[in-house]
Amino acid sequence: MTDSNHIQGRIDWITVGFYVLFVCLGWMNIYSAVYSPDAPLSFSDPAFYDSNAGKQLVWIGTSFVLIVCILVIDFRFFESFALFIYLGLLLLLLAVPFLGVTINGSHSWFKFGGVTIQPAEFAKTATALLLAKYLNDPLVNLNKFAFQWKAALIIGIPMLLIIGSNETGSALVFASFLILLYREGLPGTYPALFIGGIVLFVSALLVKAWIILLVLVLLAGLFVLFMPIYLQRDPKTYLRLSGAIAVIMTLALLVDWVVNNVLQEHQRNRIRVLIDPGFDPRGLGYQVTQSKIAIGSGGFWGKGFLGGTQTKFDFVPEQSTDMVFCTIGEEHGFVGVMLMIIFFLGFLWRLMYLADLQRSRFARAYGFGLVGILFFHFLVNIGMTIGLMPIMGIPLPFFSYGGSSLWSFTILLFIFLKLDSHRSDMLSR
Amino acid sequence: MFTQRRNLIFLFFGLIGLLFIGKLFFLQVIDDTYEKAADNNAIRKIIQIPFRGEVYDRFGKLIVYNTPVYDLYIIPRKAVVKDTNQFCRVFRITREYFIKTTQRARAYSRVKPSLFLKHLSKEDFASVQDAMVDFPGFFFETNAFRTYQSRSFSNALGYVAEISPTALTDQKDDYYRQGDYVGISGIESFYEETLRGQRGVKYRMVNSNGVEKGDYKNGSLNINPVSGNNLYTSIDLAIQEYADSLMQHKVGSLVAIEPSTGEILAMVSAPSYDASLLTGNNFSKYYQQLALDPMKPLLNRPPSAYYRPGSTFKLVQALVGQQLGFIGPGTVFSHAGAPVKCHGHGPVDLRGAIRVSCNPYFYHAFRKMVYDKTTGDTYERSAQGLQRWADLVANFGFGRKLGVDLGNEKKGILPNVEYYNSVYKGEKMWKFSNIYSISIGEGEIVVSPLKMANLAAIIANRGWYIPPHVVKGIGLKKSIDPFYKTPVKVGVEAKYFNVVIDGMEDAVTHGTVEADGRIPDIKMVGKTGTSQNQKGKDHSIFIAFAPRDNPKIAIAVFVENAGFGGSAAAPIASLVVEKYLKRKVDRKAVETKFMNMNYLPNVYSVTRKKVAIDSTKK
Ligand SMILES: [Zn+2]
Repeated sequence: MTDSNHIQGRIDWITVGFYVLFVCLGWMNIYSAVYSPDAPLSFSDPAFYDSNAGKQLVWIGTSFVLIVCILVIDFRFFESFALFIYLGLLLLLLAVPFLGVTINGSHSWFKFGGVTIQPAEFAKTATALLLAKYLNDPLVNLNKFAFQWKAALIIGIPMLLIIGSNETGSALVFASFLILLYREGLPGTYPALFIGGIVLFVSALLVKAWIILLVLVLLAGLFVLFMPIYLQRDPKTYLRLSGAIAVIMTLALLVDWVVNNVLQEHQRNRIRVLIDPGFDPRGLGYQVTQSKIAIGSGGFWGKGFLGGTQTKFDFVPEQSTDMVFCTIGEEHGFVGVMLMIIFFLGFLWRLMYLADLQRSRFARAYGFGLVGILFFHFLVNIGMTIGLMPIMGIPLPFFSYGGSSLWSFTILLFIFLKLDSHRSDMLSR
Repeated sequence: MFTQRRNLIFLFFGLIGLLFIGKLFFLQVIDDTYEKAADNNAIRKIIQIPFRGEVYDRFGKLIVYNTPVYDLYIIPRKAVVKDTNQFCRVFRITREYFIKTTQRARAYSRVKPSLFLKHLSKEDFASVQDAMVDFPGFFFETNAFRTYQSRSFSNALGYVAEISPTALTDQKDDYYRQGDYVGISGIESFYEETLRGQRGVKYRMVNSNGVEKGDYKNGSLNINPVSGNNLYTSIDLAIQEYADSLMQHKVGSLVAIEPSTGEILAMVSAPSYDASLLTGNNFSKYYQQLALDPMKPLLNRPPSAYYRPGSTFKLVQALVGQQLGFIGPGTVFSHAGAPVKCHGHGPVDLRGAIRVSCNPYFYHAFRKMVYDKTTGDTYERSAQGLQRWADLVANFGFGRKLGVDLGNEKKGILPNVEYYNSVYKGEKMWKFSNIYSISIGEGEIVVSPLKMANLAAIIANRGWYIPPHVVKGIGLKKSIDPFYKTPVKVGVEAKYFNVVIDGMEDAVTHGTVEADGRIPDIKMVGKTGTSQNQKGKDHSIFIAFAPRDNPKIAIAVFVENAGFGGSAAAPIASLVVEKYLKRKVDRKAVETKFMNMNYLPNVYSVTRKKVAIDSTKK
């Protein structure tokens, strides 16, 4: 155990500053969303603690308790117990279908007294820890398939369990571990294929098949023009190119078929809303439309704190949880959201910088896992509020209302800060 | 190692960030369709004020109801008035008003509605409907006025007005908002929660022209308003109006109660005011005027004005004296040895003492009650005797609230040991010789007209009363608090009332009541009183009930500065009794005389501040 002065000296106060800033800004926006000028609630009013803003204040308070706990635990604990934590979370995920309760139509919560916890939120941390521990072994080389599939297993098991409980959004977060793996040596082809796949998927839905074919043929033509002479002379090249085009086209058509025949109705509609903004504006497109209207109506400078008209009375569904970015957009305008995005990227940069300073691969890999998870949430959450991503129940880290989300991100972040404060004590093996 | 990969990753992050900022720039700055869409689907939270309950008289005649009116609101940001002159013409306002109000609304908020024009009538509202399409950013909300069927009964009804800033901050359940109307006095205040009903909330989607586009979320968040409950009062409006007309040109009170039920049949506070002056737009204009009037027309005198009961209190003394065993029908006292004045007559018994209102008689009776104990010094004996006396007198409702269902009932003063200890600054500082004036209803004892009407009811019932009340039924079920159904015993046996009632009968037929106060064909019994007033002419008091057997009405009349009780208060009481029991009045000459009789002290019109009404000051 280390004494607290020791920790204070080493802890990265810049990161802590970002954390406090985000949590405070988030709370202000939650407060604004529940604020009604007709009946302003005061802190002394017990009804205040029934409102989202009041409850979030409680979540924030308890988060500070969590932080203190994490900081006093021995830093070696997280590596030593990574497997136990991971297995424990798997058990919880397995137990959810039997012992869980349903909140907001999602059967993925545990209830302890008055507190509800979503184990999927905490599974990310556990997976990051185990993955980092696995990579800490210097023999593990992510260039080799033998190690690749084991890493994939660590990520895949909780992911499948979460998909099993129909929380596709939370499961997709696990894709963010690609960033960790890429940083730790996974060949660049994997993320490239991943991104390419997404591009193909989206274009398969957005444009007609013959346009994709045309684009592919044009690309192939350009490739032929600029490729080395010896390849131009090899007839196999043309065969390979034709084969690649055929495979890609098959995949594109497959996507169409899967979307129309395999996906469930609500999943298909969420994707359709993305492609066709006018689709079902009162129903499924409602959330996106309202969200865009709220943000768009903010203008350059915004309507001012508490001045929003669109983000009141739950006009935008899930106002304080997944759609908290709308309030920022409406009340603080383009200036506000731009600063918010810049701050968030600065925060991620700081974390990556710290991660690269780590002497142990465990801490570094965990750091990149953390960065990946935060980025994925940032990408999907903001993306969906401005209509660039399908609607998935994914909170904006530190900003969104909700105990499980705030707690899990706090734990995720402060484990890293704890490891970082001991970076000189750790041996790089 | 792969450190350069960090930069690649961050490059990717940065590209996404740029993509987002670009998209946001497009959404928020370039493309203004979203801003317009926001205006189009602004939700307006509309508070729906339910209709306040109506008030009826005991025969189902409407006394108070509501007239719908329309308030015009403006949302400055959306308000476009192309032709100001046309606007002013349509709404019949001046250009200055238009400019001033628009500026004030803009200063308050550009996006939130502000009140622009208050209380348009149904007709005005209909006439401007067609023109509304030319004035986006303006919309109407319905409201309601209290409307009064009669000019009578205003003080007991009370009025509604915008909630005051202090009441707004002091409220317990956080119901009212700035600008809400609330019952201020009388039954409007006492039954506020019954009358006001339950506010509704409507969330409406409106476009930029202020045109409603339907309920937000299909109305699932709406709460329908619930109208207030109607009040069915025990007031007999015909009698009330008649009593009001008799009390004109006078300062004072009249309270009539049905003894068997405690229901108040009429309650006059004079001078009164026209309740319709305090509705809607008139309020601010007339309220100041009424509030500053030295005759205090806004005060509801019956439950809250203070007077000494004078000789009417001798009835209590006669009852309590008998119950405590110190006097009886045969007890005779002479004038000898009493420091109080009387008229020239010989020794009288109890019945005779009530008939002629003999002061020395009740001085001696009270002295016996107070100086009962033979041990201890005169101070101790006075204290012991007074306390026993006061405990019994308190049962009649003196020195405490009767619980009438009107706002602002006053307790009055029943001097007891504690009271005199504080006045004389200590125990054993006072004795009988200091306090004897209360024996004849003078000195420190203070009552309200309502208490004296209740006393008449107690005597009519021979020893009990039901707490006087104005409302006999609430809402559809016409239920009321069982408190107003439960008889209260005063602790004096029924047999002791006989001699008192005999004395009251004599007082009317050949006692202190003058001829104008006698009804030839109705056996009314009563007692006069004269309340001493250091600042001017004495106040005239009369309490009575009728008929003597099987009483139907108990009444108390107070006329300020009218002098002796038999001269003014008794005739007025007799006219009301006659009208109530016969539904007509045969004594037209008496009626005309007292309707026209003017007892207004002229000092009121001379000075405003200096002359506070003596009786109401305490
Ligand atoms: Zn005498």
